[in-house]
Amino acid sequence: MSSSNLFNVTMVIYMVTTCIFFAFLASRNKAVGLAGTYAALIGFLIQTAAIGMRWKESYDQGHGHAPLSNLFESVVFFSWTIILIYLIIDFKYKYRAVGFFVVPFALFGMAWAQLGLDSGIEPLVPALQSNWLMYHVITCFLGYAAFAVACGISIMYLIRDKVEKGGGNSAAGGMLSMFPAIRVLDDLNYKAIMIGFPLLTLGIVTGAAWANYAWGTYWSWDPKETWSLIVWFVYAAFLHARITRGWVGRRAAILSVIGFAATIFCYLGVNLFLSGLHSYGK
Amino acid sequence: MTTNKRGLAEQLWDFFCSLRLTIFLLIGLALVSIIGTVIPQGPQREYLATISETKIRLYSSLGFFDMYHSWWFILLLYLLTLNLICCSIKRLPRVWKIVSEPVLVMDESFERTLSNTQELKLKGGKSELKDRVSAALASEFARPVVTEKDGVIHLFAQKNPWCRLGVYVVHFSIIVVFIGALVGSFFGYKGYAQIPEGGSVNQVMGRNGKIVNLGFDVRCEKFTVTFYDTGAPKEFKSILSVFDGGKPVAGLQNIPVIVNDPLTYKGVTFYQASYGQSDEGALYHLTVLNRKTNKAEKIDARQGERVALPGGAFLSVMEATQNVTPFMKEFDGPGAQVEFTPPGGQPEPFVILSDKYQSFNAQHGGDLLINFDGMDQKFYTGLQVAKDPGVWVVWTGCALMVIGIIMAFFMSHRRVWARISDDGVTVGGSASKNPAGFEMQFDDLVEKLNKA
Repeated sequence: MSSSNLFNVTMVIYMVTTCIFFAFLASRNKAVGLAGTYAALIGFLIQTAAIGMRWKESYDQGHGHAPLSNLFESVVFFSWTIILIYLIIDFKYKYRAVGFFVVPFALFGMAWAQLGLDSGIEPLVPALQSNWLMYHVITCFLGYAAFAVACGISIMYLIRDKVEKGGGNSAAGGMLSMFPAIRVLDDLNYKAIMIGFPLLTLGIVTGAAWANYAWGTYWSWDPKETWSLIVWFVYAAFLHARITRGWVGRRAAILSVIGFAATIFCYLGVNLFLSGLHSYGK
Repeated sequence: MTTNKRGLAEQLWDFFCSLRLTIFLLIGLALVSIIGTVIPQGPQREYLATISETKIRLYSSLGFFDMYHSWWFILLLYLLTLNLICCSIKRLPRVWKIVSEPVLVMDESFERTLSNTQELKLKGGKSELKDRVSAALASEFARPVVTEKDGVIHLFAQKNPWCRLGVYVVHFSIIVVFIGALVGSFFGYKGYAQIPEGGSVNQVMGRNGKIVNLGFDVRCEKFTVTFYDTGAPKEFKSILSVFDGGKPVAGLQNIPVIVNDPLTYKGVTFYQASYGQSDEGALYHLTVLNRKTNKAEKIDARQGERVALPGGAFLSVMEATQNVTPFMKEFDGPGAQVEFTPPGGQPEPFVILSDKYQSFNAQHGGDLLINFDGMDQKFYTGLQVAKDPGVWVVWTGCALMVIGIIMAFFMSHRRVWARISDDGVTVGGSASKNPAGFEMQFDDLVEKLNKA
């Protein structure tokens, strides 16, 4: 059994999880929702084992390092963090319908990693040989994952808001009955961003500290740095919108979706379309 | 007239205190920041060649080529700073009052503003109840303050009052980071130094093109680069020594400096950034054996240098490598492309290898058997040099920001009052955050107080 096999198993389980959550929305059977949560938990545990195994495999190859160093490893880790944050929120608030809007992000990540990315374990180039790599990557991706969860919840909010305002057709209305109430969705969105924002802040600070330690410049307006700041501005605007009349609800949900789009551009778009210091996208 | 003027000042004040301005500035900063990630910053000749003259003129008049230092971007940052200072000035006194002068007495009108209130089932005399409830509050929640007013005893206990200041700590931290950045830009510099192996520098080239004197010497004793089997670089290492006033600085001799492990002296830090082949070029080692006399001679040559061989021939090394396998699959070890000129003859180019391949080398050179023994290549090391006295201010700001965010997001100012009168004991509570969570804690506390 290699880590690659286990990643495949993980992908299949996340696919099954997504189907179970769909069945939950369609059947409105609470036991099905619980099964979805358990499926996500099993997928998470297997993925954890797979990441641990890949870590060990890198040591077997003689240049051991944490599996956080290239695009494949970062996408896998991103999926893992999305499920982690999702499970925490599910465990705390038990709104199972959220799973259908969040687990697909992790599924998409795993599918892309397994089918489209080079999964070779490469030794670390000099620039990445630092403990800051771990602190920086872990805080950033936990932050990103919380924003992914917030985005899923905001999409639910926007759907529910639209259907409720439009009088609601019966088929969609049936599915909607499993959605948390609109106020709860607004609150969950806020709670997910309250997890993500401090982590993103820490991610930016650890990145700056690392840059200062490696190059002597904590901030150089590199496209990656700038985009992380753009994401930070968007969520800072979101947090201030919460206490401003007229900005709660729909506008906050839209800001959360825009924030996640900016996050994804910061993570992938910068490497694919712009140049900069973060090489894994090449 | 005066009222009009005051009206304008007030309007301006309200404008800078408004949260709508904050949202506008944050979203505006996010949007304009995109420009500088799409248009390459700094003098990028290749990029300039791809766009039209008009665009270049437009972009440079708008400051797009150094956008993050343009007057309008800095202005937006100043506006944001002004906005957050005004917001803090407006709101802080009210919050500070809650923290520093807590409401010690829960009268009936205040009680109605609280979402959590309950009557305790305790019976007894006032002073005895006071002791029992105080002790229970101290052990289950926090030590209460006792106030007696008009024959009624009031208890007040609170947790985390200062977490209400979290937002202002974050606002303050942003100003601290800006101050740190300003200190760095006024009193620090960024530069670059290129030192050949065995050479030293006492000045560096600043980013702005100015030469900066270090006031001491840095010598590069040696530079090495190693590679993984895959061909990817494994380590770039400079061995550096520092000399001050011509004397070696104790503790800073032969220090290995690698990427992610810099060297600092007198506030100036040297970071491994790049490397290359030194201008001096490589030194090649050859052994020339006269097959007639069987006499061997060792010869050193620099790249392109024409060296005389015994017997009147000449030889130049054109290029060489430590390992020929990538070029000649059947062979390994060092190899060189040379130009050999026999006495009075025409130059002949050919390849020579190490003495392991004597018969290969014997194909050329007439009476002379020329073996290639290897080469010494001299590198230079490229170092980023930075002095930034503001960096600790920036880190202080960052630490404050994280602490402030944790205070603001994850801590709640919880307050509990108890009023002990002849009618009985009334308890009230409020929290600055998470009302649902506090309700459960409050009910739990009431249950425990009832057993006091």
